[in-house]
Amino acid sequence: MGAQLRVYRQKIKSAQTTKKITRAMELISASRIQKAQARVAASGPYSRAVTRAVSAVATFSNVDHILTTEKAKIERAAVVLFTSDRGLAGAFSTNVVRESSELVTLLQSQGKEVVYYLVGRKAAAYFAFRKRAAEQIWTGSTEKPEFETAQKIGETLVAKFIQPASEGGVDEIHIVYNRFVSVVTQVPEVVRLLPLEVVEGVEAPADNEILPLYEFEPEVGDVLDALLPVYIESRIFNAMLQSAASEHAARQRAMKSASDNADKLITTFTRLANNARQSEITQQISEIVGGADALSSKK
Amino acid sequence: MAETGAHQLQVSVVSADHEVWTGTASMVVAKTTEGEIGILPGHEPLLAILSAGEVRITTSGGSGAVRASADDGFLSVEHDTVTIVARNAALVQD
Repeated sequence: MGAQLRVYRQKIKSAQTTKKITRAMELISASRIQKAQARVAASGPYSRAVTRAVSAVATFSNVDHILTTEKAKIERAAVVLFTSDRGLAGAFSTNVVRESSELVTLLQSQGKEVVYYLVGRKAAAYFAFRKRAAEQIWTGSTEKPEFETAQKIGETLVAKFIQPASEGGVDEIHIVYNRFVSVVTQVPEVVRLLPLEVVEGVEAPADNEILPLYEFEPEVGDVLDALLPVYIESRIFNAMLQSAASEHAARQRAMKSASDNADKLITTFTRLANNARQSEITQQISEIVGGADALSSKK
Repeated sequence: MAETGAHQLQVSVVSADHEVWTGTASMVVAKTTEGEIGILPGHEPLLAILSAGEVRITTSGGSGAVRASADDGFLSVEHDTVTIVARNAALVQD
């Protein structure tokens, strides 16, 4: 076998092996999207109920609560990045990082110091490579988020928020995550978590809907105290679930185009290999004919 | 208007990752941080913090009762809709 032909055969083999892997990953992601989507849907009633309750308290009580009032001077802002643990998901993590760097530029232009909180190994690696400091990192559960993780993140953030800025606390908390719109679209989104912007997003009650006058048990302040950490947690958990669903969708798409590319490569190399084989045969024939001619003309 | 459906409560029990139970009821008894509270149809809007313990729901027609455990949660009542929200909520089997 000719050298050229052997090279093409090797390339075809390697493309075939890659295709097997990417095809498998595509199928796995496709089946996981369904599950992740179902989890987003299942957590809907909880976050709707929590949001509704929080907006009811915040609209109907004139209580000044630390978590709802804007501080006069904002010194430090926290940015939470939700990325994935594993790669091979296209621009999934890159989108979040890019979106957050825009946000950070904006915050810094307003004279705020920025501290980072990272979720996912990809963000951790990005920061480690650039030797940027991150306040805290959570990894290991981006594909199947657990509520305990959201709870831990929530506790950390709320504690930091309550701490005064002079002692290392933060005055603002932003989250950046991939919102799952559909299997083909995921949008990186920035949301200011604290101080509360009551109430944003799809779960907000319509303007003409009149919220009833509530009675609170125990006092309004206590109810807010108990409710707001729950609200933060549910928002974080929602972000994690959306991010997980988006991750699977992004990976499925990336792996599908990788498989398609492998297919294209295989076709191209097969053509080239056929060409090489053909020209090899042609050369051999002309060599034999030439040799026979030379022998017969000797006589 | 509101009075027509005032004889039943729409109850839903939700936990962080799924809806635990939903249905109509004639009475809900829950334990708040202040003490036990019973809710009948026509109750005024209320938002209460639950303390750990059971929530008892008497289903419509008095045919049966549903018990659910709820930790770290709260209870909201408005227009005869009762929502029991807890991080960890589960039905208690007899």
